[in-house]
Amino acid sequence: MFGQSILSLVIWVPILAGVAVLATGSDRNAALARWVALAGALLGFIVAIPLVTGFDTGTSAMQFVELAAWIPAFNIHYHLGVDGISMPLILLNSFITVLVVIAGWQVIQDKVAQYMAAFLIMSGLINGVFASLDGILFYVFFEGMLIPLYLIVGVWGGPNRVYAAFKFFLYTLLGSLLMLVSMIYLYFQSGGSFDIQTWHATTLGMPAQTLMFFAFLLAFGVKVPMWPVHTWLPDAHVEAPTGGSVVLAAVTLKVGAYGFLRFILPILPDASAEYAWLVIALSLIAVAYIGLVALAQSDMKKLIAYSSIAHMGFVTLGFFMFSPLGIEGGLVQMISHGFVSAALFLCIGVMYDRLHSRQIKDYGGLVNRMPLFAAFFMLFAMANAGLPATSGFVGEFMVIMAAAKVNFWFAFVAATTLILGAAYTLWMYKRVVFGEVTNPRVEELTDINPREILLLGALVVCVLAMGLYPKPFTDVMHVSVVDLLAHVAQSKLP
Amino acid sequence: MSDFLTQFAPALPEIFVLAMVSLILVIDAAVGDSKRYLAYVLSLATVAGAAVLTVRDFSTMPVLALGGLFIDDPLADVLKLFLYLTVAMVLVYSRDYLRQRGLYKGEFFVLALFALLGMMVMVSASHFLTLYLGLELLSLSLYAMVALQRDSSVATEAAMKYFVLGALASGMLLYGMSMIYGVTGTLALADIAQILADGTDLRIPLVFGIVFIVAGLAFKLGAVPFHMWVPDVYHGAPTAVTLFIGSAPKIAAFAFVVRILGQGLESQVAEWRDMLVILAVLSMAVGNIAAIAQTNLKRMLAYSTISHMGFMLLGILAGSQNGYGSAMFYVLVYTLMSLGSFGMILLLSRAGFEADKLDDFKGLNRRSPWLAFMMLLLMFSMAGVPPTVGFYAKLAVLQAAVEIGYVWLAVAAVLFSLIGAFYYLRIVKLMYFDTPHDTSPIAGSADSRVIMSANGLAVLALGILPQPLMAVCVYAIDASF
Repeated sequence: MFGQSILSLVIWVPILAGVAVLATGSDRNAALARWVALAGALLGFIVAIPLVTGFDTGTSAMQFVELAAWIPAFNIHYHLGVDGISMPLILLNSFITVLVVIAGWQVIQDKVAQYMAAFLIMSGLINGVFASLDGILFYVFFEGMLIPLYLIVGVWGGPNRVYAAFKFFLYTLLGSLLMLVSMIYLYFQSGGSFDIQTWHATTLGMPAQTLMFFAFLLAFGVKVPMWPVHTWLPDAHVEAPTGGSVVLAAVTLKVGAYGFLRFILPILPDASAEYAWLVIALSLIAVAYIGLVALAQSDMKKLIAYSSIAHMGFVTLGFFMFSPLGIEGGLVQMISHGFVSAALFLCIGVMYDRLHSRQIKDYGGLVNRMPLFAAFFMLFAMANAGLPATSGFVGEFMVIMAAAKVNFWFAFVAATTLILGAAYTLWMYKRVVFGEVTNPRVEELTDINPREILLLGALVVCVLAMGLYPKPFTDVMHVSVVDLLAHVAQSKLP
Repeated sequence: MSDFLTQFAPALPEIFVLAMVSLILVIDAAVGDSKRYLAYVLSLATVAGAAVLTVRDFSTMPVLALGGLFIDDPLADVLKLFLYLTVAMVLVYSRDYLRQRGLYKGEFFVLALFALLGMMVMVSASHFLTLYLGLELLSLSLYAMVALQRDSSVATEAAMKYFVLGALASGMLLYGMSMIYGVTGTLALADIAQILADGTDLRIPLVFGIVFIVAGLAFKLGAVPFHMWVPDVYHGAPTAVTLFIGSAPKIAAFAFVVRILGQGLESQVAEWRDMLVILAVLSMAVGNIAAIAQTNLKRMLAYSTISHMGFMLLGILAGSQNGYGSAMFYVLVYTLMSLGSFGMILLLSRAGFEADKLDDFKGLNRRSPWLAFMMLLLMFSMAGVPPTVGFYAKLAVLQAAVEIGYVWLAVAAVLFSLIGAFYYLRIVKLMYFDTPHDTSPIAGSADSRVIMSANGLAVLALGILPQPLMAVCVYAIDASF
């Protein structure tokens, strides 16, 4: 009976669940709030499953389409649909939301209902971003998700949370607003339509394409984040609570990368080709330079934050190789990074909950007290470093292959990540887990509890499954990516 | 005889309000302090009665009356209905505040209703004479309302400034109108439009007149560089009066601008557009930047008003029906947000405590999560962040500017709104991230809480489904031009 409105359910179930959680009221009912939130998150994930089972991998057309008039005054529609590019991201988001609710189960004791509600509402909004086929609808979700994230960082974050929340919000708003002007311009150029697929077919002159390219690049580049507009990310990550970091890294960064595929490449193909060098250069800087920056970090969360920037550099690099291998590699990297970064932030959360420190120097010899945790952490560290048989390897390898076909030096610089990534991740791992126990408080640590095992175990399954057999993922994407590339190859100059 | 009476029929709501004001004046003078609520109840009844009359005689096409002085068209009727709603909300929000400060007297209600009458005349004027008459009736009532708290030196100073600068602005308007009269030989807007459309040789006096009229309008709107009075008056006036000044008169001012520029001087759009561009850019710049430096919420909202008026001008300067419709949407949305924000200050205030410092909002989420959430919605709406209705208001005026090819103006506008986002976010930060230093319970009465909830939720509901309000604006403009 809901067959026609799966995407609406995917968006609205978490949001309504969030409202229900809010209705549980003050912290006296914290336990109830947690259970309602978990039920909402699980329900949100369950309603997303038909997207996979009912997905037709043979077509590049939008699926599960819903279309209704929303604001006829401006020809804006409630237009939803997914293709092989957006469907996996919706699933990733719904999955991560469940983990985030479980991760905050014990740690969050203050304003529990508001915390859980913020995550659920944000989850629904992010699903909306990936499912929107109308520019303004996309923008509403894209901007709307800033509000819960702002509160999450600011209310439950670390000591410097106010600065981080403002910086994050204003940075992303800057890009979004310029994108809004571009969208309005596209509205008039396309003869009065906010439909994204109509925009894909709208002819545009080179000056307009160039200006819009930079507006969109700023909007999505800030979100990805690309060097040099990445500086908000380490701040936000460090100050955010564990759940906030997980969602930031695993999902919201993907919103930026997704924007490249949905907006920049198909709407502005000529400008994309013209300025591909710029994106490639910025991506390579992110991979190599930010990799070096990560090496120098003493704060674990900051280290993973920089590592995220470097990994996302791979994604944008893959996109601008203009080949199926590159784009699919980027997409696989996005999903993989969603799992791995979520896992690493959860690992850091596990340690932080016990010792209340994120400094590498406060740890050491953790394996003596937390062997099980050390094993999990090991696997995720390896995945972050791109070890074959983990998901981290697949995406990176595909992108490097695609780059090698275009230019040897692109591939060469990109491949440094295999060294740098291994260096900063494993060096951190060594300092935290192995060695002598120097901090007396480490002696008192207890190993992870069943709740944490469940969280990390679920991610282990994902990381290994994707690493060992990525074909189902690439199958889903393939037709859509090929169609996208056909779009990009066509000049839209008048 | 009956012909003579039917002449007055379109102005029935105005006549009703005038009669009721006189009645309230007499009744209030006759009753003692224990029956002050009579004036309050009768005022609300007046507004409701006027609304009934307006709805009953809703005109679907323009009707000229009183020898061309007065026009009853959908634009006027729709705006009047919003004026009634706004004034009614102001009265409900203000009651407790007025009572605690000894201002709960007939004067406030009589002046508020006279101001309402002035605004009604303004939105229904089709002649320079009636426009000016309505404006002065509004302004004189507002001057007196600002000075209502006689013992407060700040309020008296504010009233003085308001009066002097307001009189200057009225003088400029009159001077501009006399120039236009010199060029066209008429004061009726329709005739002026006709004569100017046919062309005139008297370009210099015409442009002179337009300059003075635009300057006068900018004064009344509070657009930079004619904004000096806004922060002082908003700050100095009792909050209930600030709430009044910051809400309904904006709707009337919009009508005033559209009637003069859009209907009377529409053929001269090339002349006044550039002036409005300058006013808009300066208002958005000064309003948003100066607001950051404020520690008093009323002053901050005053600067925010200046920037919002700049945004509204983006719609008007488009000089098209699309643009006027967008500006109308903007001004209605702004009025809703302004009502909520000042209403929140009133709600949090109590005897001897104004709650108008930014710090007074610290930790509101701990004291009252619901009210904090309402304020959060209002602030994000002011900042133009979806899914609140403020976003669609910005979207509407931006698309109007882009439509006439002013993409750079749209870019400038969004950059200034980015600066503006900072100080709205700061309010949210104070409410949610900080701990309260004042833990006394919030005193607001039940009815003002209900209105506040409706106000805040309307911002969200219209943000999710903005179509009805947009359709009303589009209809009102299309059916009246």
